[in-house]
Amino acid sequence: MSRQYLIGAGLLIALVAFPLLSPWSTVILTVALCEGLAALGILVLLRAGQVSFGHGLYFAFSAYVVAFMAAAHLGHEVLLLVPIATAASGLVAALVGLFIVRYRAIFFGMLNLAISMVFFSLLEKLFSITGGADGKRVPRPTLLGMTLERESFEFWMFYITLALAVVAALFVARYLASSGGKALEAIKSNETRLEYLGVSSRKVLYGAYLLSGLLAGLGGAIIALVSGHVTPELAYWVRSGEFVFIAILGGVGGVAGPFLGALMFQIIRGYAAVYAPETWHAVLGIMLLVIIFFAPSGLYGLIAGRRRASGEAAR
Amino acid sequence: MILLAALDGLAYGSLIFLVAVGLSLIFGVLGVLNVAHGSFYAIGAYVAASAVLAAAGMGLPTWLAFPLFLVSAVLVGVVVGGTVEALLLRRIYGKEEVLQLLVTFAVFMILEDAQKVVFGTQPLFANAPMNWLGTVEVFGIFYTSYQLILIPLVALVVLLGLRWFLRRTRFGRAIVAVTQDREAAMAMGIDATRIYLFTFIIGASLAALGGALSSATTSLTPGIGSGMIVLSFAVAATAGLGRIEGAAVAALMIGLGRSAAVYFAPEFDVLIPYLIMVAVLLIKPEGLFTTVQTRKV
Amino acid sequence: MSGFILEARDLELRFGGVQAANGASLQVRANERIAIIGPNGAGKTTFINLCTGYIKPQSGTVIFAGQDITALSPRAITRLGIGRSFQIPQLFLENTVIENLLLALSAREGSWSPFLKLTRHPKIDEMWALLEIVGLKDTGHRIVRELPEGMRKLIDIALALALEPKLIFMDEPTSGVSSHEKFQVMDTLTRALDARSTTAIFVEHDMDVVARYANRVAVWSGGRIALEGSPEEILSHPDVRESVIGEVV
Repeated sequence: MSRQYLIGAGLLIALVAFPLLSPWSTVILTVALCEGLAALGILVLLRAGQVSFGHGLYFAFSAYVVAFMAAAHLGHEVLLLVPIATAASGLVAALVGLFIVRYRAIFFGMLNLAISMVFFSLLEKLFSITGGADGKRVPRPTLLGMTLERESFEFWMFYITLALAVVAALFVARYLASSGGKALEAIKSNETRLEYLGVSSRKVLYGAYLLSGLLAGLGGAIIALVSGHVTPELAYWVRSGEFVFIAILGGVGGVAGPFLGALMFQIIRGYAAVYAPETWHAVLGIMLLVIIFFAPSGLYGLIAGRRRASGEAAR
Repeated sequence: MILLAALDGLAYGSLIFLVAVGLSLIFGVLGVLNVAHGSFYAIGAYVAASAVLAAAGMGLPTWLAFPLFLVSAVLVGVVVGGTVEALLLRRIYGKEEVLQLLVTFAVFMILEDAQKVVFGTQPLFANAPMNWLGTVEVFGIFYTSYQLILIPLVALVVLLGLRWFLRRTRFGRAIVAVTQDREAAMAMGIDATRIYLFTFIIGASLAALGGALSSATTSLTPGIGSGMIVLSFAVAATAGLGRIEGAAVAALMIGLGRSAAVYFAPEFDVLIPYLIMVAVLLIKPEGLFTTVQTRKV
Repeated sequence: MSGFILEARDLELRFGGVQAANGASLQVRANERIAIIGPNGAGKTTFINLCTGYIKPQSGTVIFAGQDITALSPRAITRLGIGRSFQIPQLFLENTVIENLLLALSAREGSWSPFLKLTRHPKIDEMWALLEIVGLKDTGHRIVRELPEGMRKLIDIALALALEPKLIFMDEPTSGVSSHEKFQVMDTLTRALDARSTTAIFVEHDMDVVARYANRVAVWSGGRIALEGSPEEILSHPDVRESVIGEVV
């Protein structure tokens, strides 16, 4: 437990300090945090043994909500856009969750994939509304009523995102250690027994699914604001796969894992873009194989010590 | 219009059948949902197109393309598919499904880039084989024989061939035995390692064959594999994973549905397969052609 | 039907040419201890599965406390007050013993606050008391996966007990428990059942356990309860001695 906080605190201090030392990194770090949030949602589902290859849906949905609202001048304030867009994704997750919690394993994964692909296709095809494959521009909104220059907007967005990520991570850590979180793990380890305790595994999974949708939605809302642009690619299945990749890369043993994974992901992407622009996906693929075969508990596990991490995952 | 849509659907459905049946077969035997399956399709397409273009460059006759398609498909199946199975998949049988999905996802990422490095990112177009076969006239509509006759014919041969292979040959029966009860089959002395490798190669070759056949009808660009995999997921899931005849019906259904959309509601053409898949999974999650097995605990 | 807490009537189940239940009926009064005996592989577990909603019979009904539960899910049946332990213990293997039991207590209490750590559960004292009953107090902090089968069976029973069921099915409760500990475990277990006035139906192969702890014995044979009576009657019955006990001993 104390290790978990130690790793989290170390990561946090590094993140707080980084933009002050090198301002150019703020956007990349913010993007990493957003992807980390989505991967945190994946981690929650992985605890139940379920993997979604479709959480790009929630990531993209809130991103487009931000884009539409900003374009329609319905809200031009970060503190308004982010909660509304996140809630919108949560609403979609609440609807999809109603039936998706009846499925397990491959069916769970494929149904998520199919639904997200429906959304992706709509985004691409309904050109007149969504701007098609080119996407939509997101005008920079105000922050606390202030109109900011790009640099300072990015600077403050980073710290806001960081604060939100910390709150989200702490909440998820608490939830996973609670009876509900343990019931969620029980879906993976013995669903029969869970039902024979009189617990509805569907209800338990529904809560987790909603949470994962909200987390992905939060990440998507912020990424739309920071990158100033949304495209259907946010909903594509490869993007959803990246979230799973990030969760596994970071390790599902603790809530700091997805954020470690997301940082590593951005670092690899950054370096690969310079040294191997054509093959950075391959680099990621090889990395993923190495993690799966040689460090199954991920970066988090490597830092926390393998035995420790597996115990933590069980605790 | 309706006829045109139906013919289109037939050609398109035949193509996805080839890919999806390989996916389904692999899942049925190995229990692994191969996310990299679309990459075999794409690589098959690129290898075939390159071979056809090279042959044309050497002044060889156009008909040679057809044997070349077959050779490229098997080559891709054995070299790429065989390597992936022997090197990676073999280590993860019986492990968590999440891990299996991720390993094949990693393979997908690697193969996507490998494709770009080897074949470049410029569109590749080798339609000589399609033109060589000419066109046929059906009720006043001209259609390429290649799409109307050859591709469905190949699909039919594959369907019948697979049925015959799985039911009538020793090796095929061993595969079916493994699908039905892995442990019992192994107890009977069936060499599962060999069966897995062989099945994976067949599955990958079928995907590559689908790719090879498609290479004459469309220009090849990076990303065709990632689109195809979702489509063949849709077909395989609609049919019920592991179902071969079911995959044929589902592929046709999705093919027809899609081309109907192309003519009547073009905005929604790419949407149809996913909608069909979602609908089927919602109503009958085990697929249209699977009977439910009783759980045993 | 007053007087009976559980009544199974003419349960029928066939699959794949096997007649797993063939007019199986059993009437259980409150506070009874019924042992079900019978040859191995005869489908005694199937009978429990039918009564607890894991498998639905093709015909027949199961009535619990005056309510038809035939079509209900295991979850709904559990909530009505039927607990169950399994032949192969069904536990959360990656969790500690404490967590397993606290999860059961959370299920009973419906306490699912996401802010309350499971290990700070208000019913923690009750949890230790349950462990005391099955004699496993010092294994609390162990991961279940690391424990031997016999201990897992007892934890499985403790999980069912934690729900405070009105009726409990136990599938071979003492298999895997060493013979000299068997009676000790059964003593504390029956005391706990008495204290909670919980009716118990258990499948058992050890005839010494049956003789000592059951007040009625039902013989399962040919997909039905073929014979029932007091332990003395049944255990001395010539057919039973031949078909059941002969095979076990």
